[in-house]
Formats: sequence, C-alpha cells, structure tokens
Amino acid sequence: MRLQLRRWWARLAALGAALFATFPGRAAVLPDDRADAMYHYYNGGGTKVDGPALLVRKGFADKASVYASYYADAITGASIDVVTTASPYKETRQEYGVGVDYLYRNTTLGLAFTTSDERDYKANTTGVSVAHEIFDGLTTINMGYTVGHDQVGKTDTAFQEAVNRYQYKLGAAQVFTPTFLMSLDYEGILEDGFLNSPYRAARLQGLLVPERYPRTRDSYAIVLRGVKAILTPEGRVGSSLIASYRYFWDTWNITAHTLEFGLRARYTPKWTIEPHYRYYRQSAASFYSDNFQSAFTFMARDKELSTFQGHTAGIKASYDLGEKGLGFSRSSVTIAYDFLRFTYDDFSDVRTGRPYAFNANVVQVFVSGWF
Amino acid sequence: MSRVATVTIALALLASGCAALKPSVKPYERDALADPLMNLSRDPLSDKYIQHVYDVREAARGGGVGQGGGCGCN
Repeated sequence: MRLQLRRWWARLAALGAALFATFPGRAAVLPDDRADAMYHYYNGGGTKVDGPALLVRKGFADKASVYASYYADAITGASIDVVTTASPYKETRQEYGVGVDYLYRNTTLGLAFTTSDERDYKANTTGVSVAHEIFDGLTTINMGYTVGHDQVGKTDTAFQEAVNRYQYKLGAAQVFTPTFLMSLDYEGILEDGFLNSPYRAARLQGLLVPERYPRTRDSYAIVLRGVKAILTPEGRVGSSLIASYRYFWDTWNITAHTLEFGLRARYTPKWTIEPHYRYYRQSAASFYSDNFQSAFTFMARDKELSTFQGHTAGIKASYDLGEKGLGFSRSSVTIAYDFLRFTYDDFSDVRTGRPYAFNANVVQVFVSGWF
Repeated sequence: MSRVATVTIALALLASGCAALKPSVKPYERDALADPLMNLSRDPLSDKYIQHVYDVREAARGGGVGQGGGCGCN
C-alpha cells in the first residue's frame, strides 16, 4: 500500500513537473506602476472613522516591483457595545506596509510585511506568496502563507495578551473565453491567543459579566469570482459584469454567505461608473447569547458573533484625467459611496429591548496616477 | 444542507464548468481580457479599505483579493 502511494505521488510529481516544463506560457507581468492617495470616511452605528491611505508601487527592469503603503484612521464616538458597557472613546491607528514581487519567467514570488499600531493593539504580519502561470497563461495558480503576531492591551491598565495568526491561501484563476474569466480561492486562518475584546461584557440574567472566548479559532473561506466583458460594436470592452460568492465556516460554529454583483460601465470615454450590491448573512457562534440564563465556560455578547444580515448598495465613479495629468503618464480621480444596512436577529438594543439594527455611510475619494 | 455538501456541490459545478467550456483562447484574442475593467481588483487600495470595513464588522474573513494586514480592530 505504502509503495503504491509512493508511486502515485511520484507520478503526480512527474506530471506536475511536466506541466510546468511543457507550458512555459507567455511571460507573466507584474502589477502596474501606480500611486494612489485616498481619503476614507465611515459613519454609522454611533462611530465615525476617517483618515488617509496611500499606496505606491514601482517596478524595476520588468523583473521586480516594490510597493509601500500607509493607512491611518481616527475613530470617534460610541458604538452600541460602548453605549451599553463602557464610555465613548477616541482612538487612532496607523498601518505601514512594504512588499516586493519578483518575476522569473512565468512565476511571481512575493514577500510582504505589515505593521499596525494603535494605543491598545499592535500587529505585525509577514507573508510570502507565489503565483505561476500555466497552459499558455490561461491558468494562474497561486498560494500564500502569512504569519501574524498581535499584542492586545487595555488602555490605562497593565493588561497584555498575545494573538498568533497563520494564514494559508490556495487559488486558481482560469480564462475560459476571450471575454470571460473565473477564479476560485481558498483561505484558512488559524488563530490562538486572546481572541476577544478586553472591553466588552456578556450578559448573565441581565447582569454584565466579562466575556470569555475559546483561545483557538480556525476559519475557512472558499470564494468563487467571475468577470464577463460586454463588448461595444467596435469590439472594445464597453462594460463588464462582476460577481462573487464566498462560503465561510469556522470552529466556533459560524457559517456565512457573501454574494456580490457589480457592473463596470464606461459611461463616456472619460467617466467609468460602477454600481454594485453586496449581501451578507451569518449564523451565531455556539457560545453567543444576547442574555445567558446560566453560566458557561465560554460566553460572548459580541454582535459580530450573533445572527445577522448585511446589505450594501454602492456606486463608484472614476474620471480619467488623461495623459500627463498631475505629472503622471495617466491619472484619474475616483469617488465612491456605499450605503450599509445591518440587521441583527438575536442582539438586542438594551436601551429599547428591541433587535438592534444600524445604517452606515462609507465614502472614498482617491486620486490614482500611473508612472 | 451540510457545509460539506455545499462545498462539494460548488466544486462539482466549477469542475463541470471547466469541462464544458474547454478554454483555448489564442494570444491575439486576449485584448478584452487585458482591459482594466476585467481586473478582479481594479483599485487595490480601495479594495483593501472596503475589505477592512467588512472584516471588523462581520465574523467571516479571508478569501479577499486585497492583501492581508494586521487586524487592529478591537
């Protein structure tokens, strides 16, 4: 049996090697040389979050592409958790990222590092990735591995806990026709450490008690995406339809479905308009309750672990500033607006006793330039 | 439906789709595929931001087209 298995593996390895060797394919390409500067704004559920974000990517000799990113947000207000269990807060977070992609024939190797810092939470992640094109560039296989180490604190206390995170990615993109491509991606995230918030409380017969979460969580996601071009009578891409579905499950007994549809249309030669819709639904964690009637080992009252639905309707409009605008070879300005609605089945607003729901408005304004 | 069954059906549908479509797109037929409107992540910074908006408000995570990063979401 073991010998047969060994032979089977040997054949599989030989087949894999043959595929990689026989289909050198067209040369893969690195991402565009591009710079983006954004202002983002979120307002909903009692909190306001806004700030700048930057991303600059530049290639060298068609062999390597390096990028640097910066993201900052300032959070003010009081979410429903804070209204009922703690005091309003003001918090800022800053995130820096750097990475490099190296291209060798039809294989791209990537290395990325991100560090995030706020007063009571620090996170560092390091990731490696590889993407390989086969079948004359019609199929791209990619995989990635990321390790993250977080430090969780509690403002004005000596509280200090750690979280370790290991992410595994495996995916494939496939061109099916001259106007249609799809991708299938899998991602597993394994976490251990202090996974709840040190500020939030559970309810036990109406009384507030500290939340207690398991110290491990494994989650898995499978995502299927498709893009279809709609051609003009001249044969150019006038618009495209994009759709995706994600199925998610984890060891806390949460399952979730995410469905997205969008249209990207060149309204005029200068304007591109993108209306889109997103639906999200999840079930509750096995240790979630709005109000526990007896004490359990694990107890949570985090609305993100309850049963709820989310709807997003949004529109994004980009205006092409043409060549040489802003000192770039090409540039554009984009404004995006999203309306979000979340409705909770088993998380009640303790101020009214009724199921909680909230709306949020999200605005992004950004300028993009291509070198 | 159990999640195993759901995943199996999704994979089977994808596999049958692959078989039925038999891709063979010649290099000179790839103009449309190279158009920016066909990119799964047309605006990487914007996609990363909106993914973060959802990650901190929903239990589901993973499988995004953007790059991962520290959570910092408590």
